[in-house]
Amino acid sequence: MTASHTLATDDLTLGYGDRTVIEGLDLTLAAGRITVIVGANACGKSTLLRSMSRLLVPRAGRVVLDGKEVHRTPAKELARTLGLLPQSPVTPDGITVLDLVGRGRHPHQRAFSRWTAQDDAAVAAALEATRTTELVERSVDELSGGQRQRVWIAMALAQQSDLLLLDEPTTFLDISHQIEVLDLLTDLNRSRGTTIVMVLHDLNLAARYADRLVALAAGRLHAAGTPEEVMTEETVRTVYGMDSRVIEDPVSGKPLVLPIGRHHATAGTGAEPVASSAPGQAGSR
Amino acid sequence: MSAPVVTAPPALRAVSRARVRHARRRLLIVLSLLVLVVAAFATTLMAGHTFYPASDVLRVITGEQVPGASFTVGTLRLPRAVLALTAGFSFGMAGVTFQTMLRNPLASPDIIGISAGASAAAAVAIVVFSLSETEVSVLAITAALAVALLVYVLAFRDGVAGTRLILIGIGISALLDSVTSYVLSRAGDWDLQAAMRWLTGSLNGTTWTETVPAVLAVLLLGPVLLFQGRNLSALSLGDDTASALGVRVERTRVTVIVAAVGLIAFATAAAGPIAFVAFLSGPIAARLTGTGGSLLIPAGLVGSLLVLVADFTGQYAFDTRYPVGVVTGVLGAPYLVHLIVRTNRAGGSL
Repeated sequence: MTASHTLATDDLTLGYGDRTVIEGLDLTLAAGRITVIVGANACGKSTLLRSMSRLLVPRAGRVVLDGKEVHRTPAKELARTLGLLPQSPVTPDGITVLDLVGRGRHPHQRAFSRWTAQDDAAVAAALEATRTTELVERSVDELSGGQRQRVWIAMALAQQSDLLLLDEPTTFLDISHQIEVLDLLTDLNRSRGTTIVMVLHDLNLAARYADRLVALAAGRLHAAGTPEEVMTEETVRTVYGMDSRVIEDPVSGKPLVLPIGRHHATAGTGAEPVASSAPGQAGSR
Repeated sequence: MSAPVVTAPPALRAVSRARVRHARRRLLIVLSLLVLVVAAFATTLMAGHTFYPASDVLRVITGEQVPGASFTVGTLRLPRAVLALTAGFSFGMAGVTFQTMLRNPLASPDIIGISAGASAAAAVAIVVFSLSETEVSVLAITAALAVALLVYVLAFRDGVAGTRLILIGIGISALLDSVTSYVLSRAGDWDLQAAMRWLTGSLNGTTWTETVPAVLAVLLLGPVLLFQGRNLSALSLGDDTASALGVRVERTRVTVIVAAVGLIAFATAAAGPIAFVAFLSGPIAARLTGTGGSLLIPAGLVGSLLVLVADFTGQYAFDTRYPVGVVTGVLGAPYLVHLIVRTNRAGGSL
């Protein structure tokens, strides 16, 4: 299970219609690590994730997994190595937790193959890892937001892929559930060596949980490296068009971003609002 | 929860026990449906204005000459019952295919214009061009496919969104219905009778000529859908999730659309667009069996049962004989209203 897979993009350009979202991106994702992608709204984070899992065909360039081009790999073969949890997956009416998590076994099954003991074991392990075993008979509609997200992660885990891409897995969750989900993913990474790549909006959680951070600005790679290297006041300014202070997080020792808006900034702390920051820069793409 | 690698046996036991229980329940329900369908089929053959015992019916089916029964059962009732079975199965399977694929119970082929396309083409063919029965069927099937393609193309914008397709389909459906109504309003008496069956669906006067192509379509296209069953279930989780699970989304979608439209078209060519059967069967099957496995077979059985029972009711329960589509229409309309009211209450759009 801990075989290391290398996922990389090679001069990747992505877009929808006549709009280019990502341009000339070269990125190698560290095997066996947690990589978090950050960037302003509509900077192409989700688009990048979709393309890496074969959902979106590149305009130019390639996505390469272990030396093989992702878009030329048979769909099921790829799905056994690379899993994706989209930002807003659709929950069918009345589906039970057991059925939903069982759907994760799809890449391991054929059209008329029978359900195997291996399938059962994978589903059980996924439920166990996400602590959702006791919900197995419940209908997914009735679960709380945090439980539902754990069940969806269990679905992706049942796929037993060594790489897992997650698009904003913590959106719509309150802070304790966000931490719970991120802890869970860290457990997975540490105990199984699963390579995790996710998009997060919260910079401080991103800096805390990432082994490596990738910052995108306007469809291009702005910085990639350890949280300490990437999460600087300069990065925040370029990526979000916003001033900030970055200090050491007293809890984790990782960078902690303190945004500076037009109000509530104390004079003399170096936190006066800077008028010259261009508000039009963020979210332009 | 630091080491989730090792599965504790209790979790595995809970999973396999729950799964076996679900599978048993599902099997029980599918078998019960099958028994009901067989019972309804047998009843339709035996009962009517004259009753023939099962032994007579069996003798007719095996090819023996039985005075009276040979004509009533062999020529009148048997093709009619077989078509009821087949058309119901086709409508049920095709309906649930569309509903699953587009993740919306309103997305049934009889709502989004596919049946309306077959009806309009048939009405035009009969009334305007006075074509033969076979030519009418061929035209109806072609029109159903063409409408499906048209709705799909009109709804396509970076992939197909269910709601957009449904609204466009409802619009096209209304347009086609008005064509059918206009043509019928100008029809002569004789044509009118032939064309009317294309309005609500009817099994009156069914012969093997209509039945055989519909049976062949089920035998040919049914397996295609069943083969796509797992991919179809994955599609109900959304295109992105399905794709991440290794489903080739567009390919699956085109395959199941062609197969499902083919089923609808052949069944409609034989029996007319029996109202609401495609629309009702899937939700009823889902309510009965749960969402665990593929709904294709259960929905097909529910469809067969609906048509068999509705046709029998329409023939014998009232003073006047009603075509089967009138009976299923009476059943389906309230459910459509219920569905729309429920969606509105939940604050959703369609």
